Amino acid sequence: MNVRVDPSVAKPDTPAATPLRTLLLQHPLLRPAAALLVLLVLDAFLVPGFFRLEIKDGHLYGALVDILNRAAPLMLAALGMTLVIATRGIDISVGAVVALSGTVAATLIGGTMVINNGVPEYVANTPMGTALAAAIGVALLCGLWNGVLVAGIRLQPIVATLILMVAGRGLAQLITDGQIVTVYYQPYFFLGSGYLAGLPFSLFVVAALFIVTLLLVKKTALGLFIQTVGINPVAARLAGLRTATLIVFVYVFCSACAGLAGLLITSNIKSADANNAGLLLELDAILAVTLGGTSLAGGKFSLAGSMIGALIIQTLTYTIYSLGVPPEVNMVVKAIVVFIVCISQSGEFRQLLKRKTT
Amino acid sequence: MSALASGARGFSGAPWFTSLVTVILLVAMLGIGGAAYPGFLSLQVGFNLLIDNAFLLVVAIGMGFVILSGGIDLSVGSVLALSTMITAWLLQTAHWHPALVILTVLALGALFGGAMGLIIHAFKLQPFIVTLAGMFLARGLCYLISIESITIDQPFFVAASQTQMPFLGGFLSPGAVIALVVLLLAIWLAHYTAFGRAVYAVGGNEQSAAMMGLNVGATRVGVYALSGLCAALGGVLFSFYMLSGYGLHGQGLELDAIAAVVIGGTLLTGGYGYIAGALSGVLVLGAIQTLIAFDGTLSSWWTRIVIGGLLFVFCVVQRLFGGRAK
Repeated sequence: MNVRVDPSVAKPDTPAATPLRTLLLQHPLLRPAAALLVLLVLDAFLVPGFFRLEIKDGHLYGALVDILNRAAPLMLAALGMTLVIATRGIDISVGAVVALSGTVAATLIGGTMVINNGVPEYVANTPMGTALAAAIGVALLCGLWNGVLVAGIRLQPIVATLILMVAGRGLAQLITDGQIVTVYYQPYFFLGSGYLAGLPFSLFVVAALFIVTLLLVKKTALGLFIQTVGINPVAARLAGLRTATLIVFVYVFCSACAGLAGLLITSNIKSADANNAGLLLELDAILAVTLGGTSLAGGKFSLAGSMIGALIIQTLTYTIYSLGVPPEVNMVVKAIVVFIVCISQSGEFRQLLKRKTT
Repeated sequence: MSALASGARGFSGAPWFTSLVTVILLVAMLGIGGAAYPGFLSLQVGFNLLIDNAFLLVVAIGMGFVILSGGIDLSVGSVLALSTMITAWLLQTAHWHPALVILTVLALGALFGGAMGLIIHAFKLQPFIVTLAGMFLARGLCYLISIESITIDQPFFVAASQTQMPFLGGFLSPGAVIALVVLLLAIWLAHYTAFGRAVYAVGGNEQSAAMMGLNVGATRVGVYALSGLCAALGGVLFSFYMLSGYGLHGQGLELDAIAAVVIGGTLLTGGYGYIAGALSGVLVLGAIQTLIAFDGTLSSWWTRIVIGGLLFVFCVVQRLFGGRAK
């Protein structure tokens, strides 16, 4: 899993190639991308037919599609988490928001069977649009709550979001009365398990959100503002930035992403479990962001890196499942990966390495 | 007028103010419980609070030291589970002597915590992410031992689970007594030793502590080792309590421990609060559960909502009146 580039390989063959090569080697996405590549190559050897794609019933099937599809909720959560972490914050209520938005949508839609002219038909309790809007609305409220606690009352982000993390699942259970709510409504399933143009629909949701966010932070000053708040909040405020508004925005955005992830999850498993939906998702999301090269100390961030980080986690999970290792071992592997990545990213380790090589 | 205001400010800003609020809250909760439900205000109900939460108290004490030093330890729940697992395996499969088992488990816990502290200090990594990885690691190691729950029927552990030690007209379990002894030791460690003062200094301001000549690295490693030790001891107490080792034990326990420490009046920014606050925090959490159990019509999820609400109130009160948060 060591993604460090061998220095002998890094040496340019011809002087003319130097700028491009060093540019590529110093690119922040190099490490996560290389890690993902190493994993995929490993899979190519370990898992027979890993790269095989086939078309069945007009849908694309294969391990790669499966990984992408299953990574969708995590990618969404990681997207929102990236912006929060970029402002030096952290949001550990993501899993609770997933459970809340999922249960709101599932409870509102519900679905009952009606026999129409002898044909059984499933009818939603509430129009699907209303239910989805309500679920996202609840997620937005959660984000607003977190944002106001962090920016308004100036609580530490981890404490502020801890409150919702503890209470959120309780509220979700309150909505479902402690039961697992099952959904019987065909159109809702499309969100999490439908196909569009042969590809899982959830991928389009992720892609759309990713592109919109990327445009927002790259083509407007928003990305720069967020980065500034993360690097030095006081200086950012003195320079005239509305830091409080920005911070509230990133928490609202993060919760909205989590809410959307909750919809994908409940739609995929056709039910909402207030206790287990999105369990530990916040930790996986933070892990994805860290793997993607964004520092937990705030400042510079990489949305694409977080997406790759999420894919690394899902690929790792897939590999472990397909190798027939008990899935619980996954946690040990994940932990070791985090240790390696974090230590290799730390300045102290690089200095240590430099001292040894010179 | 302003003197009065500053007096009130000084009063509310005193380190013991939030701790006092917790104690008042606890008394009020017990009072409400006693008024609403007959039999609530018996001595044994109070003792049961301790018996049922002995492991949480020990874990919260370790967490208290970590938080006082300005860090956080997310691995305690998993380390507790791993300790129950190792205890059960060593007793049931390897047939070790119970004393040896307990010593081994405690040493492993301290080693695990110390290793995390070393990584945090040596590589200047965030405690959050390192202990998060530790959480995954310990939880995963549980399943490497066994995916199923292991029942403990070793006579010493069964005796520890069932003994009732008479105390002031009621009874306590050995686990509760151990937890109280640990609490006393921890108060001594925090307030009467060089280590305790170093923990407060590092939590208050790491740079100043280093400039004062304190060994920040040793303090930090010591704090995480202590937290690991407490989590392992919590695991031993938990296996007394449950008589089993299981990888799913203690899930979300780190949140309860953090909540107990915060409700007990310790600031998460570090350097501010009392170790004894862990006791009042744990008792408040336990009292909420007992109140809900006595009521009978309220569902268990209200516990989470109430704990979340309490956390909110305490954090805001600390922020608005404590005044010393960074």
